[in-house]
Amino acid sequence: MSISSLHSLKGVFQRLGLILAATFVPGIAAAEYALNFQRPVTEIAGDLLELHNLITLIVTVIMIIVFCVMFYSILMHRKSRGHQAATFHDNSTLEVIWTVVPFLILVAMAIPSTATLLKMDDTSGSEMTVKITGYQWKWKYDYLDQDVSFFSSLSTPQDQINNKADKGENYLLEVDNPIVLPVGKKIRFLVTANDVIHAWWVPQLGVKKDAIPGYVNEIWTKIDEPGTYRGQCAELCGKDHGFMPIVVQAVSEDEFNKWASVQKDKMVAAQAGAGKTWTKSDLVARGEKVYGQSCAACHGPSGAGVPGVFPAMTGSKIATGPVADHLNIVMNGKAGTAMTAYKGQLNDVDLAAVITFERNGLGNNTGDVVQPSQVKALR
Amino acid sequence: MSAHDSHPTGLSRWLFTTNHKDIGTLYLWFSFTMFLVGGAMAMIIRAELWQPGLQLVEPHFFNQMTTVHALVMVFGAVMPAFTGLANWQLPLMIGAPDMALPRLNNWSFWLLPFAATLLVLSLFMPGGGPAAGWTLYPPLTVQGGMGMDFTILAVHILGMSSILGSINIIATILNMRAPGMTLMKMPLFVWTWLITAFLLLASIPVLAGAVTMLLTDRHFGTHFFDAAGGGDPVMFQHIFWFFGHPEVYILVLPAFGVFSQIIPTFARKPLFGYTSMVFATATIAFLSFIVWAHHMYTVGMPMAGELFFMYSTMLIAVPTGVKIFNWMATMWRGSMTFETPMLYAIAGVFLFAVGGVTGLMLSITPADFQYHDTYFVVAHFHYTIFAGSVLALMGAAYYWIPKWTGHMYNETLGKTHFWLTMIGFNLTFFPQHFLGLAGMPRRIPDYALQFTEFNQWSSVGAFILGAAQLLWLYILIKTVKGGEKATDKVWEGAEGLEWTVPSPAPYHTFSTPPQVR
Repeated sequence: MSISSLHSLKGVFQRLGLILAATFVPGIAAAEYALNFQRPVTEIAGDLLELHNLITLIVTVIMIIVFCVMFYSILMHRKSRGHQAATFHDNSTLEVIWTVVPFLILVAMAIPSTATLLKMDDTSGSEMTVKITGYQWKWKYDYLDQDVSFFSSLSTPQDQINNKADKGENYLLEVDNPIVLPVGKKIRFLVTANDVIHAWWVPQLGVKKDAIPGYVNEIWTKIDEPGTYRGQCAELCGKDHGFMPIVVQAVSEDEFNKWASVQKDKMVAAQAGAGKTWTKSDLVARGEKVYGQSCAACHGPSGAGVPGVFPAMTGSKIATGPVADHLNIVMNGKAGTAMTAYKGQLNDVDLAAVITFERNGLGNNTGDVVQPSQVKALR
Repeated sequence: MSAHDSHPTGLSRWLFTTNHKDIGTLYLWFSFTMFLVGGAMAMIIRAELWQPGLQLVEPHFFNQMTTVHALVMVFGAVMPAFTGLANWQLPLMIGAPDMALPRLNNWSFWLLPFAATLLVLSLFMPGGGPAAGWTLYPPLTVQGGMGMDFTILAVHILGMSSILGSINIIATILNMRAPGMTLMKMPLFVWTWLITAFLLLASIPVLAGAVTMLLTDRHFGTHFFDAAGGGDPVMFQHIFWFFGHPEVYILVLPAFGVFSQIIPTFARKPLFGYTSMVFATATIAFLSFIVWAHHMYTVGMPMAGELFFMYSTMLIAVPTGVKIFNWMATMWRGSMTFETPMLYAIAGVFLFAVGGVTGLMLSITPADFQYHDTYFVVAHFHYTIFAGSVLALMGAAYYWIPKWTGHMYNETLGKTHFWLTMIGFNLTFFPQHFLGLAGMPRRIPDYALQFTEFNQWSSVGAFILGAAQLLWLYILIKTVKGGEKATDKVWEGAEGLEWTVPSPAPYHTFSTPPQVR
């Protein structure tokens, strides 16, 4: 091979390298390559990490021994080296050893595991309670002691998901209303679901619990340091299972109390206007926002739905038919489908607004206006 | 004899056949087809997960792919493949002229294409196919279109086929062994299949019950799993996993049998600890019925339940370890050669052990709270089902194909297939351990940015793994069509009745039973 062809070969490899580097995206250099759990911020998460490290160490050592013995055998006991086969095929002592020794290792692993499990189970002495409810596809948080409640859903713009905009740092792990919790307090969570099974998981807190309709599961946490901790729904719950993250904001107790009173005021403000008569344009404007948060995931941002799965809103029998039917299905849902009852999720104004929007937007034009008072009358 | 020798040709040969070899061939090609279908779905999954954002498919379709991929691979590829091996090999290995119930045998196969058609058709129904995961958890499975009903019926038919096949296998093994072949002289592949058949008989009807209740909840107003009607969604999970855990041993016990045939052959040394192998298999089968709720640690069981299922699950490590140590002791001080079947067996044992120890990690309840429903679990069960079952199936195909076709496969191509599969498999699934530990949930069509790099490794691995199987298809067809003539014994160290008949095995074998010492 001549020098020049060697050079051109080198060039080819260099170019290949560049292509590969470009393919593996902002990759390699910037990559974090996380190999273990996220940094724990509660005592329990710390215990779990220790337990995980211990059992990983044990099984890694076992696998290395197994590999070495197999590899030695493969290397030395091969016909091509002229190794003659032995004829043994039984050895009771060996059989007893490799039954009893693994059993003892298991006992050694079971002891710390049992201790951690018992610790996680003890919800006694909790200082506040938050009820967590899974919905398709968002979370609802009810602070039972502070009388605050709100929904929390994905805030990553659709354009980022559909590759029309650059993805932000917390892509898919950001929400409109994070769950705010005080540090240093034992918090009890009551976990349940409204429609299908979800699971509330925040790795850094070491908390994962299924949210099951008809069940109220209990679990607790005590966060050591202020910060923002992100998690996701862990149980397949339908189309947007990958799009219902959890964001926990841990703050000092003072900040938490301030935040709680602000939230209360907000809730009162949101109720305001339930008594008055709204204009159509105000309702449509407000309804468009509500639609984006609560309806667009299934029925589509433009009302096209998903053929065969989620009905279109544009030209639909419900949205262009009698107002009473429309109110009924939005408020009470439809059994056996993903259409849930919204009367518990939205207030009178939002319900009136979204129905008005659906009847006068998304390609529909019935001219109907639904007032909050009409919704209230049906409660 | 001459009356038996005439048989129909062409399509009717295959439709009406009651010959165990023909039916075995049908099973094997059927399962290979499903392996490619399920594999294609895996390619779609890995292509979508190549980078963050939605590129190729909608989330709803993505969920259908993960669901149908699993159902196709479990019920369409791996289970029928082992039944195909059983059909070909059991009569040859125990010296029987055929299966005990040949017409039933025909029917148990011909149920399969209909079930598979229903399952694949479900994807084309309004609303698409099942999208709730292969575990079919309600209430999610109560939502959704008629694709779900197609799936339920498909599962019923697949189950029926398995039950009939199991009855046949049990009847054959218990009644048709050659004179002198006592139970404790049976080849280990026969033993593992006998135990597997009992597992199938005990667990498949439970699955049938669960999906029937699902069907009536969907259409006939019952509320078995609907909390609002007094039912219980968690009860489905208990019933499902009472089937589901034995099911994973149904997938892997016959693979243990295959390893136990191949390793002694190429180590030229008898299997170490035959008796303990039999008892370990039986112990695993027994334990498989009392560990089911380790799939459900996060549903909120009482402490006593969490502890019981943790301890019983950890116990499985003991008999599984015994098996792995026995295989290692069989290799120890042997006179080994490394033809393709041996490569698959060794890799299968080692990589299955990797899946075994991650299984042990998952059995630890508190640690499982972090692993559960993440990619760690996805990595774990592919190390058991792919490395355990599928590598065993590949090894078995190379091991016995000279007996089936009379031709040797091309060793270079076989080894190329092996190494491509190794690289592809480990590149796909090893990084998934880290993805899971770092917090990536399973069954999501899109992911946060920090998971990008390992997902790309995984996707590259999957494409290599997928392409390698097309090479396998080529090797299989090439070997069926021709190749170096195989001797009767095929392998220097081969032991057992199947190696005493000519290669290819004649249409009828052991019309007069052989005498076993």
